[in-house]
Amino acid sequence: MKVEIRVFATLRRYLPELGIGEARIMEIEPGTSMGDIQEAIGLPADEVKIIMCNNLNVEPDVIAQDGDRITYIPAVAGG
Amino acid sequence: MAKKIVRIDMSELVATYENVPEKWSRWAGRGLTSAIVVDEVDPTCHPLGPNNKIVIAPGWVTGSPAAPSSGRTSFGGKSPLTGTIKETNSGGLSGQKIAKLGIAAIIIEGMPKNDKWYSIFISKDGVEFEEVGGLVGKGMYEVDELMWEKYPNKPAVIGIGQAGEMKLSNAGISVNDPENEPGRYAGRGGLGAVMGVRGVKAIVIDDKGGPGVEIADKDLFTQGRKKLTAAITEHALTKKDGGLHAFGTNVLMNIINEAGGLPTRNFSAGQFEGAAKISGEAVAENINERGGVGTTDHPCHPGCIIKCSSIYPDEKGNPFVSVLEYETAWALGANCGIDDIEYVAKMTRECNDIGLDTIEAGNTIAVAMDGGYLEFGDKEGAFKTFDEIRKGTPLGRIFGQGVEATAKAFGVYRVPTVKGQSMPAYEPRAIKGIGVTYATSTMGADHTSGYTIAPEIAGVGGKVDPLSNADKAELSLTFQAATAFIDCTGYCLFIAFPILDIAEGWAGMAESVAGVTGMDVTGDDVIAMGKEVLKMERLFNEAAGFTPEDDRLPEFMRDEALPPHNVKWTMADEVLDKVYAWVHED
Ligand code: SF4
Repeated sequence: MKVEIRVFATLRRYLPELGIGEARIMEIEPGTSMGDIQEAIGLPADEVKIIMCNNLNVEPDVIAQDGDRITYIPAVAGG
Repeated sequence: MAKKIVRIDMSELVATYENVPEKWSRWAGRGLTSAIVVDEVDPTCHPLGPNNKIVIAPGWVTGSPAAPSSGRTSFGGKSPLTGTIKETNSGGLSGQKIAKLGIAAIIIEGMPKNDKWYSIFISKDGVEFEEVGGLVGKGMYEVDELMWEKYPNKPAVIGIGQAGEMKLSNAGISVNDPENEPGRYAGRGGLGAVMGVRGVKAIVIDDKGGPGVEIADKDLFTQGRKKLTAAITEHALTKKDGGLHAFGTNVLMNIINEAGGLPTRNFSAGQFEGAAKISGEAVAENINERGGVGTTDHPCHPGCIIKCSSIYPDEKGNPFVSVLEYETAWALGANCGIDDIEYVAKMTRECNDIGLDTIEAGNTIAVAMDGGYLEFGDKEGAFKTFDEIRKGTPLGRIFGQGVEATAKAFGVYRVPTVKGQSMPAYEPRAIKGIGVTYATSTMGADHTSGYTIAPEIAGVGGKVDPLSNADKAELSLTFQAATAFIDCTGYCLFIAFPILDIAEGWAGMAESVAGVTGMDVTGDDVIAMGKEVLKMERLFNEAAGFTPEDDRLPEFMRDEALPPHNVKWTMADEVLDKVYAWVHED
């Protein structure tokens, strides 16, 4: 099954081939968690502050489903 | 030397130096501007009439040596936009210079009898008035330049553009930054018009030879500021290569979009397909490619170590505009359906020059688009509206009055305001806590007065579900109270992010305040003192005629479901009424 992966802000340096807001389409095995994907694409655990799946905050142990839109986010705020 | 209040009477063109009365002596920044407005401005007065005043106050620690990111200046008065009390604060050069002159607050009252325009020069030698008819009609870029040519020592310049001269409700007050750009704004609520009513085009502050800021307990101050500095430099968001340094506040564009909370096309959707193109990442790419003076790591005043500001250069690397905030890029971009960052930058420069709040300006164009004046996404058309405002055409004057006046003029029902002030860049249907802040804040719809986005989206200061209504009244009140305290300190509100996560930083902030002022303040007093400020402001608003029924979000947010989450505003009125119930109970 396939999922879409996006990274923003300071995490973009780990997937430098992606333009801003572009997704990497990734083939995953059933049962793969958000944390597993994070590790597979080489995002350091201490730099990922928030994981969003389909526009909702999720924890790293949530299992990805086919077609999920998954986003890894570092520390951000502003306003 | 004890700090003084400088009272400036524009009817007589005289300034008097007064001792700070006991009743105001505990306060600085927002606490002081609000205390003075409460004592001296009739809550029922017309904001543009002779009985309103402008009060300007630096924070408790502003101007003290090496207190990090502490140069804020508070501006207070009764708002022409909302009819409420208003405190709006800005970075830039003014706060530190006012404080170093030994001034606790400047009160400007009265209005010239002759309809003339003046500049006010304040230095260690006192206050000088000068008639400046030649500056009338000029934008802030030129005003700042002329003031630096005229006065030595690179002074602070507080000024109004054409919008303030025309007394428009969306007129902000500009403060120059270290490069003398007019990009720092006490923008919200139309206080630029209140300054215009007083006949004041510019206030120039030269602190050379001033007495500086007295520190009551140097050891305690040093201990506090070191703890705070350590928290700022350690936290992932505010450290040297963290998100705020690298991308500024616009680091949020893609994230809020991803959360489905990015108000788009006049609050009709929660995601914008062009978000990436106007995001902080896109701005940073352009800045890095263009080189020249461009930088993403710019302090809006000397001594800021978070440096969320930036200088956006033109294609040759020359200065173009500072600063493209998240709120600004959203208001003039996503909310108008515009995905061209160059147009966003051009319109931001117009706002900075004419003297307009970018949030209200963008929302105003969006509402006019909703009313059929322009198509969403029409960037040329949007850009031209600023010319109308600058020239003061009838249409321009309507736009310059902000969202509510424009919505009426164009027959629009989707009016994203609370108490007359339009909402910033977070959709309250998708992020409920910020909706409670918009509804209940003493300032009208304002994110900075209770930034629940930190735990709701960013996982800072805890993690809560943005889509849930649960416990949001308490959350918003806690943030509103903490913010009211920080707004008294002179520290930039962005210190809140590290100190919400790092307890030592929170304690350090309070210790630095205690060290400078000699007051007995600890981290445990922050919320209680913040609530004292909120109470003053709330009671002013009540006396001005506001009731709990004014603490509501607009009707359309209860009726229209917002994609992608397809959520409505469902917070019970009783929950909103609870937020300030303590004012009459405690
Ligand atoms: S963090 Fe940004 S807004 Fe705050 S003082 Fe520094 S440059 Fe100014």
